[in-house]
Amino acid sequence: MSDLESFRRETRAWLEANCPAEMRRPVTSESDACWGGRNFKFQSEAQRRWLQVMGARGWTVPTWPKAYGGGGLSKEEAAVLAAEMRELGCRPPLWSFGIWMLGPALLAHGSEEQKLEHLPRIARGEIRWCQGYSEPNAGSDLASLATKAEVHDDHLIINGQKIWTSYADAADWIFCLVRTSTAKKHTGISFVLFDMQSPGVSTRPIVLISGKSPFCETFFDNVRVPRGNVVGELNAGWTIAKYLLTHEREMIGGIGDRGAVKPLGQFAADAVGLDEHGRLRETALRAQIARFEIDEAAFRALMQATGDRARHGMGNPAMSSALKYYGAELNKRRWELMASAAGADGLEWEGERSQDGTVARTWLRTKGNSIEGGTSEIQLNVVAKRVLGLPGV
Amino acid sequence: MALVLNEEQGMLRDSVKAFLSERAPVAHLRRLRDSRDAAGFDRPLWRAFADQGYSAILVPEAHGGLGLGAVEAGIIGEALGRTLTPSPFLSTAVLAARALARSGSAAQQAQLLPAIAAAETVIAFAVDETSKHRPDAIAATAARDGSGWRLDGAKTFVLDGHVAERFIVAARTAEGGLTLLLVDAQAPGVQIERTLMVDAHNAARLRFDGVRIAADAVLGAAGAADAVLAEVLDFGRVVVAAQLLGIADAVFELTLAYLKERRQFDRAIGEFQALQHRAAELYIDIELTRALVLGALQAMDADPAKAGLIVAQAKAHACTTANRAVQEGVQMHGGIGMTDEFDVGLYMKRARTLQELFGDAGYHADRVAAMGGY
Repeated sequence: MSDLESFRRETRAWLEANCPAEMRRPVTSESDACWGGRNFKFQSEAQRRWLQVMGARGWTVPTWPKAYGGGGLSKEEAAVLAAEMRELGCRPPLWSFGIWMLGPALLAHGSEEQKLEHLPRIARGEIRWCQGYSEPNAGSDLASLATKAEVHDDHLIINGQKIWTSYADAADWIFCLVRTSTAKKHTGISFVLFDMQSPGVSTRPIVLISGKSPFCETFFDNVRVPRGNVVGELNAGWTIAKYLLTHEREMIGGIGDRGAVKPLGQFAADAVGLDEHGRLRETALRAQIARFEIDEAAFRALMQATGDRARHGMGNPAMSSALKYYGAELNKRRWELMASAAGADGLEWEGERSQDGTVARTWLRTKGNSIEGGTSEIQLNVVAKRVLGLPGV
Repeated sequence: MALVLNEEQGMLRDSVKAFLSERAPVAHLRRLRDSRDAAGFDRPLWRAFADQGYSAILVPEAHGGLGLGAVEAGIIGEALGRTLTPSPFLSTAVLAARALARSGSAAQQAQLLPAIAAAETVIAFAVDETSKHRPDAIAATAARDGSGWRLDGAKTFVLDGHVAERFIVAARTAEGGLTLLLVDAQAPGVQIERTLMVDAHNAARLRFDGVRIAADAVLGAAGAADAVLAEVLDFGRVVVAAQLLGIADAVFELTLAYLKERRQFDRAIGEFQALQHRAAELYIDIELTRALVLGALQAMDADPAKAGLIVAQAKAHACTTANRAVQEGVQMHGGIGMTDEFDVGLYMKRARTLQELFGDAGYHADRVAAMGGY
């Protein structure tokens, strides 16, 4: 038996023994997921236990080195683990900006000290991170950001404001882009890490059209940050920021895959009903859903192909923009069709029957998918220039 | 299985692409069209194609073939799509070869499969009877006639129908099941009308009036060919999807080059964001189709009986993408795109035909919905 095959058998046996039954159902929404952190309230003992056993094994971050709290698995082993988890329906033990975004950036650009300090705590879900990127006047043109950091011998003093900080009010630490030089736009930015409990940090939730507040405004008033918390060189933060955005795009691109509890066609069949030929009663909707499911299948195939090509050394980094663009647009389409299939029932905003307006609120929330993490238009610019080599600004 | 070509498949792709771009670029199609060639394809090229092994892909090794699968057939199809080369590959080396390999008798296989591998014969596959693809509504009949059969009915959109020595005809028996029959093109009662198509590729209408068929000319068991037909059609669909991908790729290459070269308002038109975004969206659609088509080809090789859904998805997606590619191709080329002299219009015509062949995007979207239980 090959090593990989015995790894598969051991993994399967371990998952069967250790993944609680409640954790073998899909995550239904962001509030149903386990985010970890100092103040996280577990929704169940099963959720707490699943994080604890997976974190102890390093399998929240299977391919990170063991020294940094990871599982030390090869890509092939990690693929086996993912396949076995999918097979058994095991949900991810932890949703984390630390895993998806900061971790890869620290692994590539962090000092040994920074890696040892932060990565194991990300892996175990002990510290929840948020991302301080966008500002009121720096959205698509992110490099025009103005949050100022005065550089002193052993510390920085930060003043300014961030916006669209996901879950800033629930996060323990922030990775943040600050301006350390005004001489040049892109090369005056630094990448810093600091505790959200530092004096001078405050947050204010932003109520979205969905009625929920996944984002905050974040204010910095003379926040003192140790000099050692700068990742990489001073004024060289833009490179790290771009590296991290690539991971963010891949993550958001995958939204379409994570949210689905059951196929859209099935949801519509239950909501609208079938005629005597077993066809959806709304024929125009039926055709739209079928077209959607075809595009969704193509998107899944492209996600897989992109991963497989990368493993075979045929990857193209700009493909993450293509996936982010398409995943975001696809998810918007899914929820337009969900809302249409749900009909009047999908308009309910509160109450148990609608689970407090899940359809209406999620439909509204997805409108942000093509704005956050770089708008669809910015992604298309990246594809046009970096992949297709079209000229221009 | 990883969604990438393995090393041998990559070599096959490179070799067939080089062979066709050297021996049969788009100018080859123009010559056949403009000379009103009676055969509509080039026989020496078909034999040279066989010398490379391309016609033998789906023929089992025991019958002189390569014994390869759908992925390899798709690679050939994609290359034919890129160059728009008229070839009996689809009719003979895919549909007929697969039908014979799947359900032919030992004698039928021994007679015909080596001839297919060597490109010594053309065999057309006759299914459609109506202007839209409706294999569930086949009305041609095969009735018992002594020890053999009597075939009546009409077929349309039969690829290579006017140059084939034989047809494999789908007909219904009295009990309601389907039968596949090998019919000699010279048999009494067979009428053949070549149809000149928009894409200058071969097709024909056939009529069968009381055509006598010997008992040993039935493929498999009479009245029990429904599953075989479904599988052969799915083989055809996924190879056609690969051809549509080849078309989309080729048109996109032409168009992208034009965006970089054509200057208006003192700049390359590819600098305009209105065109950049459309080009980027088209590129993404093509990459989506590429991944899905490869997945469908691999699924056919893994288990054709379980591949129906992804084949339908792939054919539908390839139709939509190729259609978008040719429309954008013409539009972005402007006036020159509307001229017969320029190739992009030929791609548009071919894409139209291949969309219709074995079910368009709407047909396959309907299948996807039915298989999804809605």
